[in-house]
Formats: sequence, structure tokens, C-alpha cells
Amino acid sequence: MDKASRRGLSPRLWLAGGWLLLALLAAIFAPLVAPQDPLAQDLMLERLPPFWLNGAEPGYWLGTDSLGRDLLSRLIFGGRIAFMVAFAAAIAACLVGSTLGLIAGYFGGWADRIISRIVDIWMAFPPVLFAILLVAVLGTGLSSVILAIAIIDWTRFCRVIRAEAMGQSRMDYVENARIAGYGRIGIMLREVLPNVVPSIVALLSLEMGIAVIVEAILSFVNLSISTDDPTWGGLIAEGRLSIHQAWWVLVFPLITLILTVLSFSQFGEALKTRFDPVLR
Amino acid sequence: MNACLEINNLSAVLPNGQRVLRSVSLSVQPGEVRALVGESGAGKTMIGKAVLGVLPSSVRIVEGDMKLEGEDLGKLQPKARRTLIGARTALIPQDPLTALNPSRRIGPQMTDRLVRILGWGGEKADTRIRQLLDEVQIRDPDRVLKSYPHELSGGMRQRVLIAAAFAAEPRLIVADEPTTALDVTVQKQILRLIAALQREHGTAILFVTHDLGVVAKISQKVSVLYAGKVVEEADTVALFAAPQHPYTRALMAATPRYTDPFASLKPVDEAVLAGLAAEIAAADQAWRRPHG
Repeated sequence: MDKASRRGLSPRLWLAGGWLLLALLAAIFAPLVAPQDPLAQDLMLERLPPFWLNGAEPGYWLGTDSLGRDLLSRLIFGGRIAFMVAFAAAIAACLVGSTLGLIAGYFGGWADRIISRIVDIWMAFPPVLFAILLVAVLGTGLSSVILAIAIIDWTRFCRVIRAEAMGQSRMDYVENARIAGYGRIGIMLREVLPNVVPSIVALLSLEMGIAVIVEAILSFVNLSISTDDPTWGGLIAEGRLSIHQAWWVLVFPLITLILTVLSFSQFGEALKTRFDPVLR
Repeated sequence: MNACLEINNLSAVLPNGQRVLRSVSLSVQPGEVRALVGESGAGKTMIGKAVLGVLPSSVRIVEGDMKLEGEDLGKLQPKARRTLIGARTALIPQDPLTALNPSRRIGPQMTDRLVRILGWGGEKADTRIRQLLDEVQIRDPDRVLKSYPHELSGGMRQRVLIAAAFAAEPRLIVADEPTTALDVTVQKQILRLIAALQREHGTAILFVTHDLGVVAKISQKVSVLYAGKVVEEADTVALFAAPQHPYTRALMAATPRYTDPFASLKPVDEAVLAGLAAEIAAADQAWRRPHG
């Protein structure tokens, strides 16, 4: 391993981190950077192609949809919802899942049996159907989407962290801490937790990507947020209808979604190496 | 004067009822090194773990008592027992890699424990740790204290662990095969270090090993273990001069000699093993599992 990648400055981290930063900044400063109003319709400008094709209009870089709305601006504003869902849902799922996983893995016995059974039952539900069902029950809206994703995906954290905590708990340093008179909870937090943090970080980033996809799926089936605010999934759903007249309305949101999800998972892997003192 | 550690008639069983410790009795006087010797699976480590209160949850003590400086460990509340064990004992473990937390630097790992056990301030603990690192001949304490465990060699890690074990001035140290995981060249140095620190600090050591050579070098008393039963107990000098039990004699005969490197290795004799099996069976027959 060369020095750069040991420090975590691998191309992977740069590319993934660069894209995420770009997308995040664009989403945060959407009103400033978006070239057009994402909701403004203009039937004179319907289905404009992206800038390098004939018939493109300046200021509409990625073209327009069937109602003449600027695609780039809609993508940028859609990013706001995507990132909000990604961060909130992933962090919520992480907190619940990691805590329960740590308890199950470290304490074992009854705690483990109960938590593991719940996880098994939970994972028996098909996740997307579960999400659709939950949103149907909770009602549409940003907070229901976040809540639904957290409720479904905490098991992902729980399983991995449980296994890791279990392995760490068998290590001699845990025994040593017991001999020194540390309490169980103290050992769990001081000795075991730091050793599972790299995995938590990697999972967190991965989960953000998954949350983006789930949100897109929910938008696609029109179950995400109910307003007219653009979302990536919503854009894909619209683009699908006009694929033969204006392919770009489908393709650009798809590329954005794929790049973002891919970046989240790559970024997580790179961070994991960086956080782990042994791999570093 | 109380013995540093006194184990009386200690029996422990697995969930299937099989005894892993068979009425073990032994004592360690203050400042004395007692070796616990036996093959792997003889229950040496189990005794160490029982003393330190970290037996696996599947193993249950069904009889006997352990006294640490006169205090009956079985009669204490769990919390008081933990505190007592924490303050009076320490462990030098077998594998110096897994005994250190891989994600924490050496410095805080060592000082934390002193702060915890002795209630010292961080600075005082730091001074003490540096003093101990000097005693185990670590010449660049600054680098070592800032390192993560994987950045040190096995020998260095074991030195760190020895320093950590002696730092809080425990009365009893359980050394669980502390040289087994190390290079042969490093083993000798580590053994010398433990012996030197032991003399200087006057700490009693329960030294678990399978290596009779190590026993001869470091201990004053020996207990020979087979299948969780103490088959012979003696002063080290007396034991090597005149081993009483056939098993002890067989073990000694099985030790390879440097003087005759091409001689084939001698396993313990069949007849001796048969005798041992009969002895264990007789002991189990006579033993009635206590109620409760």
C-alpha cells in the first residue's frame, strides 16, 4: 500500500467525496446556484434538449421536461430532499441499530436472544413493501419517509455491530478490563465501542446511499412528500413517461442517483480504512 | 500471617456435569512464585481465571473457597469482589496482542487503569507508568506511550503488559503462560524481567506454564496438574531433585534436552496415563456433588 492510500487519500476517497461535496453544496445553496426556478412552467420551452444538442436554449443546461421546467434546477432542488432524508434517516437507523447491536453482542445471553429474534422477524419483511406500507400508515411527508427508512433499516446496523461487538468481547483486553474492576457498561463504551466505530462509519455512509434509493423509490410510486417539490425519484417517474420524446429527463436523474449512491458506499469504505488504526 | 492466595478444595463443573477442576487446593505465600504446570487442558488457566473472577459463564464453581489475603472471595458481594480483585491482583496474559485494545493508544490504556484502581490523578499515574516502563527496559517511553498496540513488536507489547501489571502494586499477579506467544529469543528476556520485577516489588505470582524449564527458573513452589487435579505439590528444588508422582517423572522425561538434540521426543508413558485415569476415576467416585 502506498503512502497516499494509507492516509486514506486514495482516488476513491477523492472522487466519491468530491461528488458528494459538490452535490451537497449545490443542494444547500440551491436557491443561489440553480439557474432557473424549478417549479416555473413554460410551455414555449417544453422538452428542450441538453446544451450540446441542436435546439438547446442557454440557461437550460440539461434541457427541460414536458412542462418546460428546467431539469438541472429540479435536480439540484431534489438533492435537498435526498440529502435531508439520507442524513436524518441514516443517523436515526444508526443510533438505534448500533446501540442494540452493541448491547446484544457485548452482553450476550438473554439480551442477545431477544434482540436477535426481533431482528430476524424484522428482516423477514420485504423492505420496500414494508416502507410503502409504513408510509401509507404514517401518511406522506418528509418526516414519515425518514421515520420509515429508520424503522426498516436499523437491523442492518444491529446485525453487523452485534457480530463485531461479540468478537471484540472475547478479546483478552476486555477480560483485562474486567479484572481491573471496570463495570460492564463502562467496558462496553470504553473498550468495545471504539473498536466497532470504523464499521459504524462505513455502514452509516452506506446507509445514506440506501436511504437515497429508498426515498427515490417512494417518490417514484408517489408516496414520498406530497407537494410539488421535485425529488429524484419523482423526476425518474416523470422521465419514464417521456422517454421516447425526451430521454434526458430520465437519464440525468438516474445518473445523479447512481453517482450519489455509489459515492456514499465508496466513501464509507475509504473512511473505514482511515478510522481503523490497524489498517491505517 | 495470611497467605496471599489460598484455594481450598475448589471444584468447578461444565454444564454437562463434568468436573474441570477437581478439588484443587493450593496456596501462594506473599512474595512467593508458585508455578502451575500441566499439559494444555489440565485446568491451569482455569484456576487463574477463577482467582481473577473471569471464568467463562459456562463454568460453575460448585465447591470450595478462595481467599485473597484472608478475604473469602465467595462471601463478598459481586461489586466488592470486583473492587478487591481489581486492587489486589493483575494479569500478565498469554497473548500480548489481544490483551491490548487495538484502537486505543498505549498511554491512556495504562494510565486509565491506575486512575481507576488507585484513584490517582492523571499526572501521577503518568509518572508511575514511565517509571515502570523504565523498569521493563523500555528506553523510549514517549514513542511507546503514543503508539497503538499493533505498532509495537510482540516483545515490546509484553513488556508494556508487564509494566501495566506491576504498576498498581498488586499483591498477586497471575501470569498465564506469559512467554508462550513470544519468540524463543525474547522469551528469556521476558522471563528475566518478570523475575527481576517480582523480586524488587515482592509480588506473589501464580505462574501458569507448561514448560518445566521455566518452572525451574522462576518458581519456589510447584503444583503439577492433570485433568484439573493437583497430582503433586512440592518445593521446586525438591520436585526436580526427587519427583514423587509417576506423571511428574514422565513430564520431566518428556522435556527435550539440548545436550541430545537428536533423541526422539518421548511422550508420557501409557502405563502412567492409565494410572492417572484410574486416580481421576477414583477421585470422581469418592466425590459427591454438593447440593445447591
